[in-house]
Amino acid sequence: MSVPISWYLLLSAVLFAIGAIGALTRRNGISIFLSVELMLNAANLTLVAYARQWGQHTGQIIVFFVMAVAAAEAAVGLALFIAVFRQRRTIDVNRMNLLQG
Amino acid sequence: MNPDLIAVLVKYAVMFAVFINVAPIMVWVERRGAGLIQDRPGPNRVGPFGLFQPLADALKFMFKEDVTPILVDKPLYLLAPVLALMPAFTTLVLIPFGPEITVGGRTIPLVVTNADTGALLFLAISSLGVYSLVMAGYASNNKFSLLGSIRASAQLISYELALTISVLAVLIPVNSFRLTDVVAYQQAHLWNCIPQVLGCLVFLIAAFAETNRLPFDLPEAESELIAGFHTEYGAMRFALFFQGEYSNMAALSALGATLFFGGWSLPFIHYPHNWLGAVLGLLTLVAKIAIAMAVFVWVRWTFPRFRYDQLMRLGWKFLLPLSIVNLILVAAMTLAGWLGK
Amino acid sequence: METLIFFLFAALALGSGITVVVHRSPIYATLSLVLTLFSMAVLFVLLGAPFVGALQILVYAGAIVVLFLFVIMLLNVQQEESAPARRSAQLVTAILGAIVFLGMFWLAFWRTGLRVGAAPAPPKLTEELVSLKGLAGALFTDYLLPFEIVGLLLLVAVIGATVAARRPGSESSRPEDDYVSGDEPRTDPLLSGPDPRRPSVAEPAYKEAHS
Repeated sequence: MSVPISWYLLLSAVLFAIGAIGALTRRNGISIFLSVELMLNAANLTLVAYARQWGQHTGQIIVFFVMAVAAAEAAVGLALFIAVFRQRRTIDVNRMNLLQG
Repeated sequence: MNPDLIAVLVKYAVMFAVFINVAPIMVWVERRGAGLIQDRPGPNRVGPFGLFQPLADALKFMFKEDVTPILVDKPLYLLAPVLALMPAFTTLVLIPFGPEITVGGRTIPLVVTNADTGALLFLAISSLGVYSLVMAGYASNNKFSLLGSIRASAQLISYELALTISVLAVLIPVNSFRLTDVVAYQQAHLWNCIPQVLGCLVFLIAAFAETNRLPFDLPEAESELIAGFHTEYGAMRFALFFQGEYSNMAALSALGATLFFGGWSLPFIHYPHNWLGAVLGLLTLVAKIAIAMAVFVWVRWTFPRFRYDQLMRLGWKFLLPLSIVNLILVAAMTLAGWLGK
Repeated sequence: METLIFFLFAALALGSGITVVVHRSPIYATLSLVLTLFSMAVLFVLLGAPFVGALQILVYAGAIVVLFLFVIMLLNVQQEESAPARRSAQLVTAILGAIVFLGMFWLAFWRTGLRVGAAPAPPKLTEELVSLKGLAGALFTDYLLPFEIVGLLLLVAVIGATVAARRPGSESSRPEDDYVSGDEPRTDPLLSGPDPRRPSVAEPAYKEAHS
């Protein structure tokens, strides 16, 4: 019996929800970043599952682009972390409250 | 049992047998080769010409006391040496080691898995070798190990780019990522090292950096960082790192031999499609890997070590543009019809 | 067989995904992310996308996560201490948000007709669908413009990351940064004391110039 596509979609929905919980709950900047990467991966799984379902390449190509964008975002985000760390000596996001009213 | 499954297991057993013997042989070759280059005898007490030296080393490692320092991060500390072996013994499933043989009515290609994305998968799995370095350095609770592993991870991902692009340049005229197609292409045309000298050179230098061998071995340098990321490891665990380093060298040599030097084939020789051809193909591949490993040893005892900023400058400002120039050249030559069919 | 592989790697992905989110030490969370990426790569191959699976390992697990580890070790990110009392409110909000997300996806199932167990069977995996040639054909003909734009995006990201992580102030605030090998006068190796021009090895990399 082949695996129905909806199981892949369910798995990716659960992973996305887990990543969302992590991104909303953690205080450590790096941990938030990791949760965002988990969400991106869940979205990739959805795209590939749909590419399989409809028998086209479009899903896989979009995943290709999502990976490139995720790489770019990781690089710039970590560079920003380093820059912020130099000033504040911490990456606890609750401490980055200079704009707080 | 499924005959396909049996074929896969037998092929993996053959490749495994070749690769597991790399480390003991290299121990002897390295130390005698070092002695030869440095005008001294090298090990010559244990057996004729010191040939049983690897056995003596293995016995020593087995009987040494296994000390685990306190305050290390136990799970990562114990996992790191095991992971050192993983990339080499996984990528060897992608190397073709002989022509297609016909056994009992079935045609079996002599490669454990003829993946459609063979070269890419090889590079992907070998790029996972950095994790054992990172884990070893972090878990060791030691300033020098941490520095060694930070340097190692930066070095590895920098030179991986030049390596990948030089591999891509080889695949352009071949029109496929499968390593069997690359070997078939080289059987029909010249070996790839001749029209793509630049790519071959870039691959060679990047391979030295990827395996942490001199002149790029700052992560494990003895005079700078004690022993770098494997300072806190003794006895059997150190032996595992040692084995992992030599197996990585052998895996990259196998890839280089397949991409640039014709793999299991020699020019103008037709390998018969039976077990004899398989044995000859395997012997040719092993000979090429052996020559590549001898070159590794030769370079190690000839050149001084690069300083870390010189190393990074070389990787980013010299090798990467060179490999891109190589890619463009090869693409232009393929378009002009000089390479490829 | 396929079902067995799916369940095994889906369970692995779920377990390591939860570890990524829950574990206190950032290094362990990052290594669990590697495990998650591995399982996702296997699931991609099961879905007939081997190139995407190989790219996942090469790009995500081999480069992006190594960058994460590098930054964690460089900045010496510590384990998170247990949060003050506000944590329960955060947790409730987060779980509510997650339930809303799950509800959204379930609705997506219902609308597109992909009910669990009643989906139309996916087409057989043809050589053209799985092979690299088919994917490359589509990538370089129909999707050439996004491909070029993503290349430009990567270039911009590289420049941005290099600029953002630079030390503030003028370009060479420390004369040691202008060090080019070969033009320093040889110092006497028997002189004791560290070289006043080079920072010592044990200093953290982000430490600014003495000011």
